[in-house]
Amino acid sequence: MKVEHHAERRLEIGGWEVNLRTYQIGDVYHCKADNVSPGATIARTTGVTREEAEQKAIAKATERLKATIRRP
Amino acid sequence: MSEYAHPESLVSTDWVAEHHADPNVRLVEVDVDTNAYNEGHIPGAYGWSWNTQLCDTLRRDILTRKNFEKLMSDTGISNSTKVILYGDSNNWFAAWALWQMKMYGHEDVRLMNGGRKKWLAEGREVSTDLPAPSASEYTASGPDNSLRAFLDQVMAAWEGRSHEMVDVRSPAEFTGEILAPPGLPETCQRGGHIPRARNIPWGKACNDDGTFKSADELKALYGAEGIDGAKPVIAYCRIGERSSHTWFVLKYLLGFDRVSNYDGSWTEWGNLVGAPVERGK
Repeated sequence: MKVEHHAERRLEIGGWEVNLRTYQIGDVYHCKADNVSPGATIARTTGVTREEAEQKAIAKATERLKATIRRP
Repeated sequence: MSEYAHPESLVSTDWVAEHHADPNVRLVEVDVDTNAYNEGHIPGAYGWSWNTQLCDTLRRDILTRKNFEKLMSDTGISNSTKVILYGDSNNWFAAWALWQMKMYGHEDVRLMNGGRKKWLAEGREVSTDLPAPSASEYTASGPDNSLRAFLDQVMAAWEGRSHEMVDVRSPAEFTGEILAPPGLPETCQRGGHIPRARNIPWGKACNDDGTFKSADELKALYGAEGIDGAKPVIAYCRIGERSSHTWFVLKYLLGFDRVSNYDGSWTEWGNLVGAPVERGK
């Protein structure tokens, strides 16, 4: 199988920068959301379309990032 | 333009595409996200899990020599095998695996420059087949603890100002604004950094495609913070994997002789009663 339709984009979720990387392997779209700095994966999802995989990843990342507390 | 000190410590994705099936080459994927391998990996590559196979699962430590030998044997790696490591997040845990392999004396181990990210972005072949190796004979040496810094050594180095300390975490972790990377569980009691440590986040050593920056760029990056190899260096992060990436850069790409990885890192220091901590920049 070849990796197809690899794409990356940045967005902001809850005040945090997030990198969204999506690609297709076989019939499945995979999406990873990482926290840019340092770059750890905070959500990984799959979908039958890019949009579905990305929406799931954004929802999961949003939930996880809520738990991060900024200290003055 | 200068060359890396040890250019042989890296291979390119093109090289891997050409040589991944060579009988004396063993590819191993080591990811931060331990499920990534199962999505699809380079054909013939083995997968090691950092949190079950590359550590002691009872006490906090690296693999014992005996368990390291077993892992090598189970993966069909002999002492003369050329091992190519790669993984996600620009080779964080691939570098962690390389650090342990060097501690146990494996001679020919290299990173695939750009890691899993570059392989996927180039639209290359992947497979979900799991390789079935024949067990090999493997005898480790060491561990070579000169590559590793323990708490008492770090404390002595700090008190004696004998080493440069490089904190490779993100600026928000370094300053104490957050206690763990965004979205991850907090694993320390106090935020901040070891006083006098220089903050050079690991990712600054990489290009957007995941490959390492040039030798000149790396020299400029670390040199601007006074890290030039004149003094021994201790690298640390939160749990020791990001700092093994920086350890690799300083030791093999810039050629510094005296570099050690403090794998206790902030999850140790930031939980110690009475340890000196500095907050802010």
